[in-house]
Amino acid sequence: MKAAVVVFPASNCDRDAAVALRHATGVAPQMVWHGESALPDVDLVVLPGGFSHGDYLRAGAMAARAPIMAAIAEKAAAGVPVLGICNGFQILCEAGLLPGALLRNAGLDFVCRTVSLRVANAESRFTRAFDKDQIISVPVAHHDGAYTADDETLDRLENDDRVAFRYVDNPNGSARDIAGVLNEAGNVLGMMPHPERVISPLLGGVDGLAFFKGLAA
Amino acid sequence: MRAKITVTLKSGVLDPQGKAIENALRQLGFDGAAGVRQGKVIELDLDGADEAAARATAEDMCKKLLANPVMENYAIEITH
Repeated sequence: MKAAVVVFPASNCDRDAAVALRHATGVAPQMVWHGESALPDVDLVVLPGGFSHGDYLRAGAMAARAPIMAAIAEKAAAGVPVLGICNGFQILCEAGLLPGALLRNAGLDFVCRTVSLRVANAESRFTRAFDKDQIISVPVAHHDGAYTADDETLDRLENDDRVAFRYVDNPNGSARDIAGVLNEAGNVLGMMPHPERVISPLLGGVDGLAFFKGLAA
Repeated sequence: MRAKITVTLKSGVLDPQGKAIENALRQLGFDGAAGVRQGKVIELDLDGADEAAARATAEDMCKKLLANPVMENYAIEITH
């Protein structure tokens, strides 16, 4: 699998994402600067975590208007899998590639710890390594992670099986415990937890490796 | 022309920062403080002298970047 990792100013999980992808696929991904206007011919696009543009205005707001975003929207429309992790999730929401928005955590604290996730949809190309309702351990590290959307949108996400992951113990006030959502076609996933941080027992877990291997399979 | 854009959270959206401010105000003895909501104000200069055109430009800016319609409302004030 050929992958691209998009790098924004103040992305800080781009190298971790690259290491995870190389570990899972055997191939180093291409790093693509946000100012580029085209993406290489790839089978997966990853928007990594970080604090693009310092989270100024709104988390992900400026990055969502970067030159590369038109090419990402094109790939997404063509069915290429697009994965947004943490700040990448915020960017995908801001860009309108996923519904809803990520707001300041309900407790106001920056939350940085490993959380338990329940796999809500194990059919998607992103989650097929797991069983439905399987509990996995993945770290979160964010200040703006409260997933918010109107009730109609939330109902639609649930009815269409577009909630990929739910928090077992909601750390940030996300609506309906949502930790990750899919777009309508199922080829765009945004999630606040960081699977790229748990790809080896040395790092405290391997559920993220299973995630990337499932995605690459 | 000067545009002053006020961005506020929609009424149903949880505002933990507003809640924290409200709690602090009450601790200071402002017992009547309620319904605190935190927003942001963005001010900028615009070329030209036509108020309607300036307002339309500011509106476009709000739609494209300054506000997120999922959770925010905005109000525009144009001054000379």
